[in-house]
Amino acid sequence: MLDAIAQHRGFIVGAIFLLLLIGLIWAIIYGRRVTRTEKTDAVFGNPERALGGWYWVFAGVSTILLIWFYFSWDAARSYFPKAANELCQVAKVDTAINPMRSVFPIQSRLLKGTSLLARDGNQLQSLRDDLAGLSLTDQEQSDFGGVLDSLEAALYSLASPDNVDPAVQQKLSEITSRIDDARAQLADPAYPGEPSAAELAEAAAQPGWGESNTEVPNLPVTDRGRKFNAMAEVIEAISSDFVKVRNLSGEFEQQIDDIEAKIKSLQAQVEGAGLTPEELLEREQMLKQFNKMLKRIDDGTVFPPGTLDPVEQSVRQFEAEVSKQKGSLRFIDAVAMPSGTIVAGSTNCSEQGSGRWLPKPSDTLGTLVDLSRPSVGYKGVPMLWYKQKPVAEMVGFFIPDWVADIVPGEYPRHKPDGSIDENLKSKVLAVATGNFPSVTVPVPTGHIWDSIMRVVAGLFLGIVLGVPLGLFMGLSRFAKGFFDPLIELYRPVPPLAWAPLILTIFGIQDDGKIFLLFMVAFAIMVISARTGATGTQLSKIHAAHSLGASRKQIIREVILPNSLPEILTGIRISIGVCWGTLVAAEMLAGTTGIGFVENVARKQSDYEIIWVTIILLGVLGLLFDLIMRWIINRTIPWRGKG
Amino acid sequence: MSDLVADSIDMTFRTPTGESVHALKDVSFTLQRGELLSVLGPSGCGKTTLLNLIAGFLRPTGGSLRLNEHEIDGPGVERGMVFQQGALFEWLTVAENVDFGLRMKKSNKRETAAKVEEWLEIVGLQGFGDTPTYQLSGGMQQRVALARCLINDPDLILMDEPLGALDALTREKMQSLVLKIWKETGKTILIITHSVEEALLLGERLFVMAPRPGRLHKEYRLPFAEAGLNGDLRDIKNDPEFVRYREEILSMIWNMEEEIMGKVL
Repeated sequence: MLDAIAQHRGFIVGAIFLLLLIGLIWAIIYGRRVTRTEKTDAVFGNPERALGGWYWVFAGVSTILLIWFYFSWDAARSYFPKAANELCQVAKVDTAINPMRSVFPIQSRLLKGTSLLARDGNQLQSLRDDLAGLSLTDQEQSDFGGVLDSLEAALYSLASPDNVDPAVQQKLSEITSRIDDARAQLADPAYPGEPSAAELAEAAAQPGWGESNTEVPNLPVTDRGRKFNAMAEVIEAISSDFVKVRNLSGEFEQQIDDIEAKIKSLQAQVEGAGLTPEELLEREQMLKQFNKMLKRIDDGTVFPPGTLDPVEQSVRQFEAEVSKQKGSLRFIDAVAMPSGTIVAGSTNCSEQGSGRWLPKPSDTLGTLVDLSRPSVGYKGVPMLWYKQKPVAEMVGFFIPDWVADIVPGEYPRHKPDGSIDENLKSKVLAVATGNFPSVTVPVPTGHIWDSIMRVVAGLFLGIVLGVPLGLFMGLSRFAKGFFDPLIELYRPVPPLAWAPLILTIFGIQDDGKIFLLFMVAFAIMVISARTGATGTQLSKIHAAHSLGASRKQIIREVILPNSLPEILTGIRISIGVCWGTLVAAEMLAGTTGIGFVENVARKQSDYEIIWVTIILLGVLGLLFDLIMRWIINRTIPWRGKG
Repeated sequence: MSDLVADSIDMTFRTPTGESVHALKDVSFTLQRGELLSVLGPSGCGKTTLLNLIAGFLRPTGGSLRLNEHEIDGPGVERGMVFQQGALFEWLTVAENVDFGLRMKKSNKRETAAKVEEWLEIVGLQGFGDTPTYQLSGGMQQRVALARCLINDPDLILMDEPLGALDALTREKMQSLVLKIWKETGKTILIITHSVEEALLLGERLFVMAPRPGRLHKEYRLPFAEAGLNGDLRDIKNDPEFVRYREEILSMIWNMEEEIMGKVL
């Protein structure tokens, strides 16, 4: 069943997407018609409007789902299952052409040569300024200045068309014609010829889009894809040849050698002049700067204006052809895969943008189904399952071990033959430690169960201890005065600020988290029970008094029920706050729980599991609140009607 | 002898700012068993303080209060109380409210149930036993409050403006009910009210109290309660003698109020 769903995932997602779209449009039209014909809506702000309407609820839910399907590219994957693979091949071409493109003002504003010339010129100027600030002899000033003059002359000579070596010209025109050839091949429908059977088999064997960890299948599966894939290799070769072309002539290299020799002789001169260490350091640093500039200039990456124009022209034409050959892929890339695209890495392609960090609904559902399989789970623990536990273990948990200590007698010691005579004391100890044979019973277990139990335990302790103390504080001057500072001292501290301390003291197991949640729930319960107790009408207490109730009876029969609305509201708030605190505490430490799962998934950048935990946490939080609302409606129907 | 005897009671409150307020000064009276007393006075004359003292919610700062020869010391079942807003326990049903006192005494359950039935019938609420009290109208709530108080069989019933929050029609019905109960049970009843008509109608005796400090101003002995037991209440209200009393007391209270307002201004 599940496998069949997984197999036809694309079709199912597509159908759901279309149905949602139709449903949304219908709900909006229907809703508008109902609103328009509502004769009771005579006044703006008619309370009837607050009721909403199920068609608007439907419209809202559909919109959220549609946005999810659309921006996670699930819809794109279902309607254009091969698009990602084809865009991957296009991305390979883009990656290959990038070294050439970066030279020209295609993506950046300036020609690369222009910006290099400006940068190096500015640096030479600032070196001149630095030089003037040094305390050198006049002779030295003119020597050092001479080097700077030569560097500047060499730099600017690169920009002169007269100095370009014919061999360099030759190489550039070769590259231009190779790009033009590639463009012609790209335009050829037959290129690159029929694929071999082995190629086809290999491409067919790779997992589809999103079916494995590689995200996007790398080998081309369509004719269009094969064309771009082949073209990427051709362009890569041209690119690597192009970046090797340098504007270097024999004359220029002679210039560079001269400057290098001049710097060297200056270096020797400075070292032999018998200067103080500070003076020597000043001069050597300046010479080091000269060497650095020389290395930069002798790269020959600056070409005279116009020299590279034919190459630029060809690259632009090639890119136009790529765009033309993409055809419908352009539309899919821009419209069906919003806010992102497919990028090619060194070995494989991946999604980039919302398609990457927003998991596809179908994948998320698949992950959820996978995680909920008890044999899979997460980090060896199922999400929610049961396991057989011996009853003895639970008995041992609830009976404290010291019970055995107070049984009269001595614990038995072993005898020379190695046997041990059991007596009453040792038998009691065996029961108290849970060390006796017993039947096993199924007990719930798993990440979700652990999280819920921690909240329930913390909340339970908070209620059991907080409500009596709160009532006491509401009824006694002593208790109010005595306990108020204690509670107000710890309550304003955010629970998470306590977490590191509590978890360090109690350990990363359940105790620490339960205590932290207890602290959270306790303060809220005390305050709400106190508010409830002080809010009891005096006349009700008077009435109970004159009906013969004792103090104890008044607390139990009048003040407690009268405080129930506040207490239940307190529980409702506590659950929410505890739930939030728990997840954060589980992220800090521990080996189970929904927060733990999310934290591990975060470390592994596993977006799908992160989203699954977010959704689980939301659904469970909503469930808790609904249960509380139901309990409140059942137990205090009189609220607001007294 | 089962009288309520007040012997020159004094009551002084201390306000949070440290001033002392003389709420009651030298109040003395004796209420015989079976008498129906209504207490009337402008606001701030200490009516409610007097009631709270008798109920035992407060202790007088001077003088003594005795019921059946015993000093009043704290609240007790022998003094039942009916409050202005009913003060019902809204988390309980009508029957649970009515048998509250008996449950606190841990009485026999079957006898309790029978008594509840009986009292619900007397106050005209038969069949409402399982209704939550928050679903009742104001008049019905006061009936529950009456039944809840009377089921304990108190010697003295204290009513603190019990009908103040009811509409005119319900109020008249409740006045008849109070008179009926008074006659059938023969209880001593002390009723505090704002309404001159009600005080005249329900009071066999009537105290008019004066403020600052709160004290007994004038006492009347009236025939209307007896008459109201048999006759129509509206006929009595049109009786010329009733009208004469009403006008006299009204002008008396108006004068007191004006005196206070003048002082304030």
